[in-house]
Amino acid sequence: MLSIESFVAISLIKTVIALFVLLTAVAYTVWLERKVVGHMQNRWGPTRVGPFGLLQPLADGVKFMFKEDLIPPHVYKPLYMAAPMLAVVFALTSIAVIPVGNSISIGGIQTSLQIADVNIGLLIILGVTSLGVYGVALAGWSSNSKYSLLGGLRASAQMVSYEIALGLSLVGVLILSGSLSLREIVDAQSGTYWGVLPRWNIFPQFIAFFIYLMAAYAETNRIPFDLPEAETELVAGYHTEYSAMKFAMFFMAEYANMITVACVASLLFLGGWHGPRFGPPLLQAILPVFWFALRIFGFLFVYIWIRGTLPRFRYDQLMAFGWKFLLPLAIANLVVTALVVAIQS
Amino acid sequence: MGDQITKDPASFISHLELDQPDKTFLDSNELIINMGPQHPATHGVLRVILKLDGEKVLGTECVIGYLHRGVEKIAEHRTYTMFNPYVDRMDYVAAVSNGLGYCEAVEKLMNVQAPPRANYIRVILTELNRLASHQLWLGTHALDIGAMTPLFYTFRDREEILKIFEKYCGARLTTHAFRIGGCLYETYDGFEQDVKKFIDFLPPKIDEYEELLTTNRIWVERTKGVGKITAADCVALGVTGPVLRASGVKWDLRKAQPYAAYSEFDFDIPIGQSGDTYDRYLVRMEEMRQSLRIIRQAVERIPEGPIMAKVPKVIKPAVGEIYHSIEAPKGELGYFIVSDGSTQPYRIRVRPPSFVNLQALDLMVRGQLVADVIAVIGTLDIVLGEVDR
Repeated sequence: MLSIESFVAISLIKTVIALFVLLTAVAYTVWLERKVVGHMQNRWGPTRVGPFGLLQPLADGVKFMFKEDLIPPHVYKPLYMAAPMLAVVFALTSIAVIPVGNSISIGGIQTSLQIADVNIGLLIILGVTSLGVYGVALAGWSSNSKYSLLGGLRASAQMVSYEIALGLSLVGVLILSGSLSLREIVDAQSGTYWGVLPRWNIFPQFIAFFIYLMAAYAETNRIPFDLPEAETELVAGYHTEYSAMKFAMFFMAEYANMITVACVASLLFLGGWHGPRFGPPLLQAILPVFWFALRIFGFLFVYIWIRGTLPRFRYDQLMAFGWKFLLPLAIANLVVTALVVAIQS
Repeated sequence: MGDQITKDPASFISHLELDQPDKTFLDSNELIINMGPQHPATHGVLRVILKLDGEKVLGTECVIGYLHRGVEKIAEHRTYTMFNPYVDRMDYVAAVSNGLGYCEAVEKLMNVQAPPRANYIRVILTELNRLASHQLWLGTHALDIGAMTPLFYTFRDREEILKIFEKYCGARLTTHAFRIGGCLYETYDGFEQDVKKFIDFLPPKIDEYEELLTTNRIWVERTKGVGKITAADCVALGVTGPVLRASGVKWDLRKAQPYAAYSEFDFDIPIGQSGDTYDRYLVRMEEMRQSLRIIRQAVERIPEGPIMAKVPKVIKPAVGEIYHSIEAPKGELGYFIVSDGSTQPYRIRVRPPSFVNLQALDLMVRGQLVADVIAVIGTLDIVLGEVDR
């Protein structure tokens, strides 16, 4: 049993590392998006700052910090200030319960690659990401501007309705693995079906996987569901009145949410960090993290790919799609999964 | 509309007042929103005032004039030759068409006939410009609906057209390619090869745009049934061009009143049925293919000979007036010129297709959603330089 001091110390270290990695990942997801979309569209993306524009995220960060932080006179200040913080805090919080690999031992101390190993990890993620809606809704409302209001309304309506399909699509996985702990869900996916197919939940739950993916796109306000910030309709939606670092916070929140969604999808459907392990002990310890990162990268790439391909839904079509198509499908999937599991047991 | 516009923009009061003025928009569910002139999707400086019920559009009002340069007035203080480059600045994405319309109108006024070779060059360049204009329309229209990539594809391919323009007359956008009486420049060496190379280059690219959009479920849902306008309404409002043709009226001035050398070519006029945004998209895509057909015939049959008719150094048409119109990429572009026998026109009135087509906006978006307003502005294919002049 660890002493309380070392527990706090280890948790702190892990938090700092996780935060650093997450924020870097957020910055470089932006770079990746600009680069990949650029190449898809017959242009180069960032090339000026550093080799391949690799220092572009740093330059952007510096720019955001040094920009004048305009606060329009007509806003309701307390909520206007709080909204971007809420958005970014809730977006970053959910990383706390996400495991990125098996436990490792450094200097004789056994520790898991996860800030907090709680047995209701998935519930925490769902709850915390739902709270993120407040950031968006409050931003739209407190800005006291019509475009922001419309954007905020769209965002809250969209996120609340897609939350249901998103939650229901995950229940099938929960039935299969019988746990809410992310670590146990991943462990349940080790091994193979008939010796060849990895025992990932995507195979028995592929409908749920696609429902999750689509609902998650809507949750994170990405194309084709990026209505709340539809540039050509609402100028910038809920963050029209935000500038400098406050705008950057919304931006960070969006990308952090994308990464969270990719993490959850990998953990729940694609076997988390499972993958071939070989080589010396150090490599053996690092490989799971690598496999996990690879899956996340894959998801982010699909996100970007879709952005380069699809137009945007209209508001009513989006709602109809969520309520009339995704939700019934999710429920049907849930019922069938429950029946199959009941019959098998 | 005019009587409601006061000189001070701050005190502008729209006729789209809230139905219950004593209530706030939260009580009445109605919301007046000002879209533009600085808005990413109003194609320049169009200002649209929308009355909304939630997301539903109850009415619109266009405020134009932010790009007004008084082109028609300028004409009264320039000679006929000097005014020629000004027309390029009206519809700057289809400058060649503007120049053609003006030159032909003055030629008609003077009873001059451009030589056949000049007419062929005119047809080739005008059709190339139609392609460039439609490409720009497609890119921005798709971007407005949220598809980002077609914009970059169309701009990549439009570049090839601009290169031909640049080689021909030195300018890429406001070309001033034609002169009254014909063309100033003979085609450069390799012009025909360049054009032939281009007409082989473009069809696969058009297929590429179509692959991204035509059968894309989201694109179809966003455009089908959106911004419907009937043929009768089109005629009543004077709407012309692809918007009219998509409503099922087979009216194209290139066929109806052939000008330049159009009567010598074989091409079809694509028409739609339902008059919605999707049909207008399909009509324009097909028009691009038809333009390629015209260019191919023109470049294969281009005659030898002079490129300039006998035109006096000082252009001084006899007293009289003339209306001449051509089929610009956006619709009927007409010039009404009154001559008082001097070297300067007494009055020039331009009938710009964008301005007239914009009238249909209110009719097309009433009862639809905010997102459809954007789609309809895109599908009308307006250029504010031409709306305001």
